[in-house]
Amino acid sequence: MRLEPKPAPSLAATLLYPAGAILATLVLAALLVLAAGADPLSVLALVAKGAAGSQFALLETLTRATPLIFTGLAVAVAFRARLWNIGAEAQLYAGAIITVVLGTGVLPLPSWLLIPVIMIVAVIAGGLLLLGPAILKTRFGVDEVVTTLLLNFVVVLFVSMLLEGVLKDPMGLGWPQSQKVIADAQLPRIVQGKRLHYGFVLALAAAVGVWIVMKRTALGFEMRAVGHNPEAARFAGIQVNRVLMKTALMSGGLAALAGFSEVAGLKGNLTLDLSPGYGYSGIVVAMLAMLNPLGVVLAAIFVAGIFVGADAMSRSAGVPSYIANVMVATALLTMVVAILLSRYRLRWR
Amino acid sequence: MSSVHPASQEIVLRLSGITKHFGPVTANDSISLDLRAGEVVALLGENGAGKTTLMNILFGHYVADAGTVEAFGTPLPPGDPGAALKAGIGMVHQHFTLAENMTVLENIALGTQSLWRTRFDRAAARDRILRLSRDFGLEVRPDAVVAGLTVGERQRVEILKALYREARILILDEPTAVLTPGESDALFATLKLLVREGLSIIFISHKLYEVMAVSDRVVVLRGGRVAGERRTAETSREELAALMVGEEPVLPPIVDVDFGGEALVLQGVTTSGKTSGARLERASLVLKRGEILGLAGVSGNGQAALAALLSGMEQAVAGAIQLFGETRQPWSAAQAVDLGIGRIPEDRHAVGTIGDMSITENAVLEAIRSPDFCRRGFVDWRAARDYAQEIIAEYDVKCPSPEARIRLLSGGNMQKLILGRALRPQPALILANQPTRGLDVGAVAYVHAQLIKARARGAAILLISEDLEEIMALSDRIAVISRGRISEPSKRGGKSIRELGEMMAGHGLEAA
Repeated sequence: MRLEPKPAPSLAATLLYPAGAILATLVLAALLVLAAGADPLSVLALVAKGAAGSQFALLETLTRATPLIFTGLAVAVAFRARLWNIGAEAQLYAGAIITVVLGTGVLPLPSWLLIPVIMIVAVIAGGLLLLGPAILKTRFGVDEVVTTLLLNFVVVLFVSMLLEGVLKDPMGLGWPQSQKVIADAQLPRIVQGKRLHYGFVLALAAAVGVWIVMKRTALGFEMRAVGHNPEAARFAGIQVNRVLMKTALMSGGLAALAGFSEVAGLKGNLTLDLSPGYGYSGIVVAMLAMLNPLGVVLAAIFVAGIFVGADAMSRSAGVPSYIANVMVATALLTMVVAILLSRYRLRWR
Repeated sequence: MSSVHPASQEIVLRLSGITKHFGPVTANDSISLDLRAGEVVALLGENGAGKTTLMNILFGHYVADAGTVEAFGTPLPPGDPGAALKAGIGMVHQHFTLAENMTVLENIALGTQSLWRTRFDRAAARDRILRLSRDFGLEVRPDAVVAGLTVGERQRVEILKALYREARILILDEPTAVLTPGESDALFATLKLLVREGLSIIFISHKLYEVMAVSDRVVVLRGGRVAGERRTAETSREELAALMVGEEPVLPPIVDVDFGGEALVLQGVTTSGKTSGARLERASLVLKRGEILGLAGVSGNGQAALAALLSGMEQAVAGAIQLFGETRQPWSAAQAVDLGIGRIPEDRHAVGTIGDMSITENAVLEAIRSPDFCRRGFVDWRAARDYAQEIIAEYDVKCPSPEARIRLLSGGNMQKLILGRALRPQPALILANQPTRGLDVGAVAYVHAQLIKARARGAAILLISEDLEEIMALSDRIAVISRGRISEPSKRGGKSIRELGEMMAGHGLEAA
């Protein structure tokens, strides 16, 4: 078996391959359901219904998609410049920490000012958290995959320390959780009485913003150039290291917004289970979207739908909801294969 | 010095009707070729003419869409490099495939032993290598580590590797590209010994004088087809060049113009040694406006460091630099563009362009932050596209559209785009580092004409090249770089190729 490079993929092909990847994912999931002793078609139907079968289900899916859009964008931005940010989880928590620190009443500001201030500081915190690994990479050649990945554990343990210490809610009956953010610091709900909040709108705006940066600005151009060929970019006069710093700030900042929006929009306080791995799922989302910022929105909704739908399905069909994790992981693998196939032709001999 | 022994009539290798398509591109169009025992066939053709594809099919790296390969009368199974090796075909690639950290002996014996054998008979292997080495004038040190070898030695190791495997057919892909004239002569002598032993050789080249010197027969490829086949004794360089390009390339005459003034002065400059190869060691150089200064030398003697210095990619640690009459600190890459230094890099794939970006994006790569294309951080893509269109039209870049990925262009068209990007802003100083390496005759002529045009408007041009013919044809003055030092330049015609060759090898070179 051999791989031969293909000429430029057509537009139809770039759309067809992700679709094929998702189809392959569904087939593999169906086999697993079969192995679990249930009827695959009805289970997949239940997943779909649970994800988008009702207004409640749909809003729940969009709520779940919100942090995934942010982390997906964070990863897409970084990967475009070949900055392998595996640390969106840590940056998410950095944003969450800032939100509870500033959002619990220390800043006497009106709501219209308080929320932007918290957002900006959260973005800076997340950006700085990724700036460290980026500097280590450009200065000393330290592999950022290792540093950003390990920082996830450092930051989660740091959060654990805070929740057992200075940030512990005195009224929390001893649970490791922070105080709730005050009402002025909360993002309003889009539909009264439902969980979907304005963080989702913010995520959509961020996606459009990132798309504009990547497509229309000189910075986006430089980031792509650095990602494709740093040697040629440096020769052309692009300051590669500086571009990587800016990428790090942007990527870390976007991931931090996921933490901000989860705390200020949904949970209200910081707990250790704030993120069930949104940072890692962001990598899946970004890859499924082939790093396209607008594609990230669709991919995030797809991944969120699988999680939400699988929860609902598991309640009624008795198949473990872990199937969702398997499906998402399978989707990543099939997508990687699809990307490969869109660029290379398989030859059997 | 074509072989004195007439080739026998036995056909050892026969390619018939080889056709290969890559998408819409036809790389090989029913090519047929015979190789007889004891003869040297030169495969001559521009880049993109299909030489490499043909050899890859012969060697089993690609599978042809149509056609067959026969070695010694038996057909080779398509797509099986192992079968090609077994049939006695050996290939010496342009880029050597040696394990740097192993010795010459280990490299040559590598892969010839069964993996299940636990013992390796070094003494026998060494004896065989030394015998081959003596018989064919391929001097090597079996126990030297490859990393410490010169390019010429490495090539000898590659040839020995093929002979060790009992190759009867040897394919040499542009073997002289990295050699000094002296080393090339030694290689040609070796080839003569090999054919005397009955080996057959395919010699791939685009240098006409070599082809004339070494081959018995010449097969010219153009656009994927056989454009002609000649006995070397019955043809001329002019005829071969015409077959290659379809028409005679015309070089504009060099007109002497004196613009006066020095564009660049280096005095005792030593570089930091960041780039690979030798660094500059107290190198001095004066480049005047309106002249082409040719810098000859064997690859790895400091050319890369000099080019990097002028491109803004490397710093000097000692010495003084004057640019356009002003003493300056070394500049960055972005400053080089702003200062009016047009840069044509040595490696157009790895450094000159970004393969996965469009022609438009590559055209504005150096100027993306300039007010022409960038307003408050936003790129004016329409202006960029217009600019790319202008370069495409003005520099005759053949491409499907400005949106096409530049990876899809041929080497010549890629180089034309780089040329347009570097020359269109009318730079006062031009660094042309190997500007025609790997290009076909037509594209070479085009690049030369553009350099001469730039010279005529008063630009100062530093031409770094390993191709002495090119240097002799274009330069007003010629200097030689060896081990990081630059010789005192001589007027064109002041030194013969032989003298320059000796200087390139490091003889009689004093620091200027």
